[in-house]
Amino acid sequence: MTSWSFAVKSLLRDLRAGELSVLLIAIIIAVTAMTAVGFFTDRVGRAIKQQAGSVLAGDLVLRAPAPPDPSFIDEARRLGLDATEAMSFLTMVLPADVDNESNALTQITAVGEGYPLRGELLVAAAMFGESERAAGIPERGTGWAEPGLLGRMNLDVGDRVRIGTVELTIARVLEYQPNQISGGMSAMAPGLLVNLADVPSFGVIRPGSRATYREFFAGPEADIATFRQRLESAAGDGIRVSGLEDAGEQINSAIDRAQRFLTLASLVTVILAAVATAMAARRYALRHLDTIALLKSIGATQSFVQNSTLSQLLLVIIGTASIGSALGFVAQQGLVLLAPATLYIELPPTSWTAGTLGLLTAATITVGFALPHLLMLKDTAPIRVLRHDMPPPKLSSGVTYGIAIGTLLLMIYSIVRDLKLVAYIAVGVGTVALLSYAAGWLLVRSLTRFRGAAGVAWRYGLANISRRGTESIVQIVAFALSLNVLLLLTVVRGDILQAWQATLPEDAPNYFLINVDPEQWPDMRAFFETELGASPEFLPFMRGKIIRIGGTPVDDYVFPGDGGKFFVRQESNFTWQGALPETNRITAGKWWGADYTGALQASLDERVAGRLGIGVGDTLGLNIGGEEFDVPVTSLRTIEWDSLRPNFYLMLSPGEVEDLPQTYVAAVYVPRDRRLVLNQFVRAFPGVTVFDLDVIMSQVRMVIDRASLSVQYVFLFTLLSGVIVLLAAIQATRDERRFESALLHTLGAGRRKILQGIAVEFTALGCLAGTLAAFGATAIGYVMAEQVFELDYTLNPWLWPLGLVLGSVIVGATGTWATRKAVTEPPVAVLREV
Amino acid sequence: MNNRPERNTGNNTVLRTRNLGKQVSSPEGPLTILDDVSLEIGAGETVALIGPSGAGKTTLLALLAGLDRPTIGDVQLCGEDLTAMDEDGRARVRGRHVGFVFQSFHLVSSLTALENVMLPLELAGAAGAAARAREALDSVGLERRTTHYPKQLSGGEKQRVAIARAFVTRPSILFADEPTGNLDAASGDRVADLLFNLNEQSDTTLVLVTHDRELAGRCDRIIELEAGRMVS
Ligand SMILES: Nc1ncnc2c1ncn2[C@@H]1O[C@H](COP(=O)(O)OP(=O)(O)OP(=O)(O)O)[C@@H](O)[C@H]1O
Ligand SMILES: [Mg+2]
Repeated sequence: MTSWSFAVKSLLRDLRAGELSVLLIAIIIAVTAMTAVGFFTDRVGRAIKQQAGSVLAGDLVLRAPAPPDPSFIDEARRLGLDATEAMSFLTMVLPADVDNESNALTQITAVGEGYPLRGELLVAAAMFGESERAAGIPERGTGWAEPGLLGRMNLDVGDRVRIGTVELTIARVLEYQPNQISGGMSAMAPGLLVNLADVPSFGVIRPGSRATYREFFAGPEADIATFRQRLESAAGDGIRVSGLEDAGEQINSAIDRAQRFLTLASLVTVILAAVATAMAARRYALRHLDTIALLKSIGATQSFVQNSTLSQLLLVIIGTASIGSALGFVAQQGLVLLAPATLYIELPPTSWTAGTLGLLTAATITVGFALPHLLMLKDTAPIRVLRHDMPPPKLSSGVTYGIAIGTLLLMIYSIVRDLKLVAYIAVGVGTVALLSYAAGWLLVRSLTRFRGAAGVAWRYGLANISRRGTESIVQIVAFALSLNVLLLLTVVRGDILQAWQATLPEDAPNYFLINVDPEQWPDMRAFFETELGASPEFLPFMRGKIIRIGGTPVDDYVFPGDGGKFFVRQESNFTWQGALPETNRITAGKWWGADYTGALQASLDERVAGRLGIGVGDTLGLNIGGEEFDVPVTSLRTIEWDSLRPNFYLMLSPGEVEDLPQTYVAAVYVPRDRRLVLNQFVRAFPGVTVFDLDVIMSQVRMVIDRASLSVQYVFLFTLLSGVIVLLAAIQATRDERRFESALLHTLGAGRRKILQGIAVEFTALGCLAGTLAAFGATAIGYVMAEQVFELDYTLNPWLWPLGLVLGSVIVGATGTWATRKAVTEPPVAVLREV
Repeated sequence: MNNRPERNTGNNTVLRTRNLGKQVSSPEGPLTILDDVSLEIGAGETVALIGPSGAGKTTLLALLAGLDRPTIGDVQLCGEDLTAMDEDGRARVRGRHVGFVFQSFHLVSSLTALENVMLPLELAGAAGAAARAREALDSVGLERRTTHYPKQLSGGEKQRVAIARAFVTRPSILFADEPTGNLDAASGDRVADLLFNLNEQSDTTLVLVTHDRELAGRCDRIIELEAGRMVS
């Protein structure tokens, strides 16, 4: 018989006998978690990209202060891209009904056929009516009005309004339209959406009128990228081109964090599953030594044993990968269902790349963690059939653990691609394992000398811990790891998610005021103080260009990629500031400090620095309002964009630049029901642009909420894998316990006594493991929150007592329960085996 | 597999050792547990290895069957020099020529009686494994126990399954280490009867280790060991 068909047969037999259950379940859980998250993040990732598109209304947007060259649109269509156009301007809108004396300065957006290319318009048939997706754009002679406009003018659907010389019928209430954030700031005025073809008839646009023209393009990524280059080289003065990657830094930042949560959860799942796999594989191997020795005594060669082991593992990989991926796919559908319907996007279909992840996960875990233990089977000495007590073949632990840990780190890295995160995980898990090992060793050692006056059960249970030696230590490590995860998932997860949600509280500033003249500032502050009792935060705002990098003019500078080139081509916004904003974190170098007054320094966003290919110590040449500065970069920062505060890639130290021409940018929270205050504000400070953050805020909140929900869901798998480790650890000593208790039985010990002994043993192990786990959870939670998620973490004092109690109860109860059969089985049955 | 070519080579010796010795290391230095054993066993012969506990019977059996390597001397089994072979070579020889019956049965607990008996046939890639295994179980009187698992069988029944497993490949030589050691007198006798009957029917050489004088007495020849040396 070939080793292959033998492998298939004996695998089926082992399956039937339940020998492989823990091993298979562990791998399947890992695969399920990885693929569920893989499928999900893959889909969410693509959905988010589309989301960015729906914010822009297209994949690529050109914005110009004058009608742009119409050939762009023709050219795009020739290239197979979708294209459309829009223009917007402010004008006075009056009710057609002469009795109604209201009027409103209105933001008219006139759109062409096909608008929006990405995202959609939501409309309702009446004020506060059910909203639905609009099919198409307003028909000629009609307009769709935002509720604000209708409210201000006391109108409803069906009423008519006058713009310039013509009348339009209000056909719909416009509930939502893509918000062109990156193109500029949507003005405060309420909006009316009309058909572009009607604009000439209004007679309000003449040469020189202030209006913004936009052209939208959408299509395959590569074509868009080519077309963008074409646009950028042809675009003239005042024209800005923005693409998906310029849109929604805020949303990207939120989704980034969400992905870290999800990835982390699935990684921890995989690590735990790997631990469980290794334990289960070891047990499997030990239980099969006799069988292998027997096979060898009746003629099986080493290569036969090895080949059949390898074939079995291959089957295990294929089997677990298929089952796990299928489960992952189903689980992911659940994950999608959980997502709140507030997001007006559909998730794109599943891509199969995530499916290969399943195969990879199964293979890595099996090869890295099960293989070394199972391969040792081929070295079983055949003489074991005659001498039962032959030690099992030596497993070179250095190689085994080396392979396992190496594989794991590689796998983590290949998924996270973030050395820092990998290091945290490795150090975190390693420390917990090492500490548990040390503590377990201490316990075992101290119990060797234990001669308590306590009852028999106590003495028996505690003596067992020390008698089992290494096995007890391994159990403590495994229990501690799984309890650690339980605690992390129940307590710390909640704390971190809360901290995350707290980055965007209900009263976070929801309006940016841009273009504030510093002279106006005191009046403006007074306005908000009297009207809202709030004082806006503000930052100086200046524009300039980066002209030199490390002394080299940007035209001659070699950028690491295109990102950097784009960044310096356009004017940048800077600010100067003494104190580090709380939404920024220094990642390299040193912040100058609130009271700094010395020579000019610059602090740069970490990613921008990467795109420019510079770091701390390099100099940037800046041109600000005609004056040139060479400024050393003294620190790099990461920015919490999802906090939605005014933030700047480039910040300068106070002092030298304070007297340059500049404006302020301010952020203020205006409660929904007080929004009309802004009307007075716009009238009182006409030069100031008011930028509404509500749409983007609700999008960021949506991402956070949805991510929190999915994280909870994925953590379920992690929880499961924690439980599996627990089971594997309990199983590890089960065979031994069965024989022991059968023996004790025959020697006359009562069931209760034996059970009590076992309970004492497990409870003691669990108590220690729980305490260690609480320690680990606190440390890991802190590091995770502060370093990985960059959130402020507050220590939860409940962790410690919880860990101790949970550990004793969970391990004590499940351990005793799982071994209970060993005690209740009639001893003959046990002693009769083999 | 079905016929045993080596038996017809004209050489009637199945097993031959010369100056066989085994040393193991112990905390007190090297320890000789088997010393200078030379013997020849002919085809179809039945041989009992006896001697006090610790005499080296199991050690010798392991060497004869190629389960272990001697420190000195050599073993020829069915014309093949076991000592010159590596572990895999010896395994192949065992697969072709050798059957085993152990004191502690060594049935695979996850397999039924029938599957246990099929095991060596499956390993050898023989055709009709199930039918042949059924036949073998039949010949040990366990035809009604084919689907039972080892834990559902008594010790005597287990040993009979083991005997069926040992004979199913029709080996040239069968080694048994205290085959009745774990059994009561009645089932021990039954097992012994089976061994001798099958030996007669199939002309298989039988080498068994036993403490049972009576069982040893049923053999053609008795080899006695004491402190690692052959005394008769
Ligand atoms: N690997 C080993 N290392 C050290 N000593 C060994 C080893 N193998 C066997 N011995 C010793 O060699 C001697 C012979 O052992 P063996 O098992 O062959 O005896 P035996 O005749 O089968 O005894 P019994 O009748 O009790 O089974 C014993 O003293 C045993 O302790
Ligand atoms: Mg012996």
